[in-house]
Amino acid sequence: MTDRPEFPKGTLDMLILKIVGLGPTHGYAISQRIQQISNDVFQLTQGSLYPALHRLEDQGWLAAEWKETDTGREAKYYKLTRKGQRQFDAEVLTWKRLTDAVTLILQTTE
Amino acid sequence: MIRWIQRLFSPRAVDRQLGAELRFHLDQQAGDFMAQGMNREEAYRRAAIAMGGLEQVRQRCRDRRWENYLEGLSSDFQLALRRLLKEPRFSILAVAALGLGIGSTTLVFSLANGLLLRPLPYPHLDRVVAVDEYSPTDVNEKGTVNFLNYVDLRARTRLLSDIGIYDEGNIDVLGRDSAESIPGAITTQGVFSVLAVAPLLGRTLNHDDCLPNAPLVAVISQEFWQQHYGGDPSALGQYVETEDHRFRIIGVMPAGFHFPGRAELWLPLQTDPAHANRTDYNRNAIARLKPGVSVAAANAELESLLQEIHRENPVSNNNWHIRAVSLRRALTADYSRAVMSLLVAVAFLLLIACANVSYLLLVRASARASEMAVRAAIGASRRRLMRQLGTESLMLGAAGCALGVLLAYLGTPALLSLIPIELPSWMNFSVDVRVLFFALGIALLTALGAGLAPMLSSTGGDLTLALREGGRGQSSSRGQKTLRRTLIVVELALSMVLLVGAGVMVHSFRDLISQNLGYNSQNLLSLHINYPDRSYPDGSKARALVVELTEKMAALPGVISVAAMTEPPLESSWTRIFTIEGRPLPLKDMKFVTHIVITPGYFRTLQLPLLQGRDFSEADYDAPNVLIVSQSFAARHWPHESAIGKRVRFGPPWNQEPWHTVIGVVADSKMRGLQQAETAAVYLPYSSEVTPATFLVRASADPLQLAPALRTLITGIDRSISVSRVLTLEQIRERASWRQRFFSVLMTCFTGIALILAAVGFYAMLSYSVFLQRQEIAVRIALGASYSSVLRLVMSEGLRLVGIGRAAGAVLATGLTRLLQSQIFEVSPMDPLAWIAAVLVLIVVAGLAMFDPVRKAIRVDPVVALREQ
Repeated sequence: MTDRPEFPKGTLDMLILKIVGLGPTHGYAISQRIQQISNDVFQLTQGSLYPALHRLEDQGWLAAEWKETDTGREAKYYKLTRKGQRQFDAEVLTWKRLTDAVTLILQTTE
Repeated sequence: MIRWIQRLFSPRAVDRQLGAELRFHLDQQAGDFMAQGMNREEAYRRAAIAMGGLEQVRQRCRDRRWENYLEGLSSDFQLALRRLLKEPRFSILAVAALGLGIGSTTLVFSLANGLLLRPLPYPHLDRVVAVDEYSPTDVNEKGTVNFLNYVDLRARTRLLSDIGIYDEGNIDVLGRDSAESIPGAITTQGVFSVLAVAPLLGRTLNHDDCLPNAPLVAVISQEFWQQHYGGDPSALGQYVETEDHRFRIIGVMPAGFHFPGRAELWLPLQTDPAHANRTDYNRNAIARLKPGVSVAAANAELESLLQEIHRENPVSNNNWHIRAVSLRRALTADYSRAVMSLLVAVAFLLLIACANVSYLLLVRASARASEMAVRAAIGASRRRLMRQLGTESLMLGAAGCALGVLLAYLGTPALLSLIPIELPSWMNFSVDVRVLFFALGIALLTALGAGLAPMLSSTGGDLTLALREGGRGQSSSRGQKTLRRTLIVVELALSMVLLVGAGVMVHSFRDLISQNLGYNSQNLLSLHINYPDRSYPDGSKARALVVELTEKMAALPGVISVAAMTEPPLESSWTRIFTIEGRPLPLKDMKFVTHIVITPGYFRTLQLPLLQGRDFSEADYDAPNVLIVSQSFAARHWPHESAIGKRVRFGPPWNQEPWHTVIGVVADSKMRGLQQAETAAVYLPYSSEVTPATFLVRASADPLQLAPALRTLITGIDRSISVSRVLTLEQIRERASWRQRFFSVLMTCFTGIALILAAVGFYAMLSYSVFLQRQEIAVRIALGASYSSVLRLVMSEGLRLVGIGRAAGAVLATGLTRLLQSQIFEVSPMDPLAWIAAVLVLIVVAGLAMFDPVRKAIRVDPVVALREQ
């Protein structure tokens, strides 16, 4: 496949929380959305998506249940928990601070 | 949380779900690709690639589960095992130290467990108490109750649900061809209701069984039932026979019920109150508290009831008191403090082992400092490193634990073989679950304790410093050095305490067994005979038997002389109150004296010198009452005159017993026991009232070899006579001192082990110190320093540590040896001999441990040592 960069460390969790926050979805849909939203800039190997999903579930940020899709197949749907929402807010805040700081540094050195 | 549990219990289901989830993803992706126009096969291939491989994703998902943590742990274990195996000398030393420490501790704990922790098989044991009356003036007069007092107390008590009295002893039961001596008890019905154990079959004794002249019945143990009746329920109604009586079996107790002692057979105690008096104390008593009643409340009630009884019977008021003690405490009173001091001793031993291993780990850690630094530098977290070191400690602990449990398991029988008496059946010292858990617990604590210092000090250090020091492995910061030295000082100090403790106990034991008994205990045999009352109904028949036996035994080759007495030396328990003629005392001020009834020839047989007057002869049998007193009795009561011709009367004043005239004075001797300082005793000639049944045989050589001939002789005279308790006086002496011997031996063993461990630690420290200093020594030698100055350099450090250890140990020992006070005999805990010996032994052992390191220091070759740099 193409040599697109992986997601920066720590951002994948945030993106998953963001997408799942929009409404209960299954893993495949999450991967499609991430690709679309990031305009195919970053490469997401599903190899990292599923371990991440399971970790977030273990931490209680996501809840999962098996439901039928529109096509009638059983799929595992993830949804954001209250705890997950708080975590997402916290991560967004940290992210903003970080990018602001980095931006500031880049501007001053230019 | 639920997922975790689910995974733990059904990992397959979780895997299936994961498979389904990934399969769904794959199908969707492939579906999308097919919609773009790919064929099915290509679409699935591309989908799998996009996903990064189905199996790989699966594995990655599994990887970050918590079971994986266990897998990490197992790799830690493998690594630790490899490392420990690579350094076998270190590992063997550490495991041996831990094993010895844990083994000794577990061994003593199993003693404590069997004595103090294991439940006695009686329900609500905390409400069962032992009751005894005791003299306010004579500490030896205690442990029993008076029958009439028991009857009154039982009728009046409101806080006790019942009281039972009993007398423990062997009962000669007739078997098919010979009599068998069965441990048993004569009890009232109360013993069974107090212990609250229901019979397996039939019933226990009731009130009517214990009335005078009631039909004779018996309760037997389950073991007796199995052995003699094959567990047949028809045993009920059959008879247990002794020479004189037959007892109809009315009940079988459940397995494991043996109270008191090892009892297998319970017969009713049928005392006629009309023939009892209030001054004889010869029954043991137990009682059960009503629910919610404290031991203290029961004590108060019993005491006030006894005082009430005293007031109602002013004549027999002897001012005695009564007390109740929890049964467990009463049963273990003789042992608990000794076991506690042993526990303290092994705790010290364990600490020494722990310090030793800790020391070894520290030295090893500083040798591995650069390895740790490298690992930390390439990203291992401190937690990860500590986990690694912790795993190693735990593995050492586990191996030590296994070795320790094995030692305890093997050691217990060896330990019990030191006990010459038959222990009561409730004492059970086997290694049980509690002991195993204890061993595991202390192994864990010891391993972590030993590993803690190295873990903290070797992972927290300055990495760059460690790296810069390079592979020489000599980084020892000042802090580490102090830590190592402290460990050694602790070991030396604890060893010192143990040495003092063992010294005091051994000294006391030696004093106890080597004290002068007053008679010659070599080549003396004592044996007890039981003859049926039926065949010897009166004194004259019994006298004829005693005379015949004495003469025939004395005629056996190898026998020098023979005499009979009521109780063998060291085991005399019969005491009586007495009045000296012309000096009447009120009952409550009357003293007790050891009272022994003997046949002529007793003093000759014991080789107890007669100091004044004459010995008894057969003419004194039922003649005007005569008496021989011990020297101390004579000196106490007639200090300035001869005792000969003075008169003494026994029993309470109102009994008006006949006066006995003193006809002789014999040397003092130990009659009541080894620990009894009291040597006052009176000897009475045998008479139609008292026929002594214990024979004492003085032999010319090992008296045990005479035993078969003596038995044959006795049963040859009368088949119905049984012979029991065939023991040499030396055996009796051993039995009288077994506890002191037992605890001295244990204490000495533990001290020996502790000393070896401490010496090894000390040796290791000095060797390491010489190793670290070898370049300094090399420079000094190269610059022309003399050997003696090198010697001084190395030895001064060692000697300083020994000095500090000894001083700290002395301070500790001063406080702790007081614990021993109750077990030592005539020796002070500050016994100078023990202290001097302790210091000497410590110095000698330390000296030996220093020898090799010092030799190494002197032999440092400057050329080699300096080139190393």
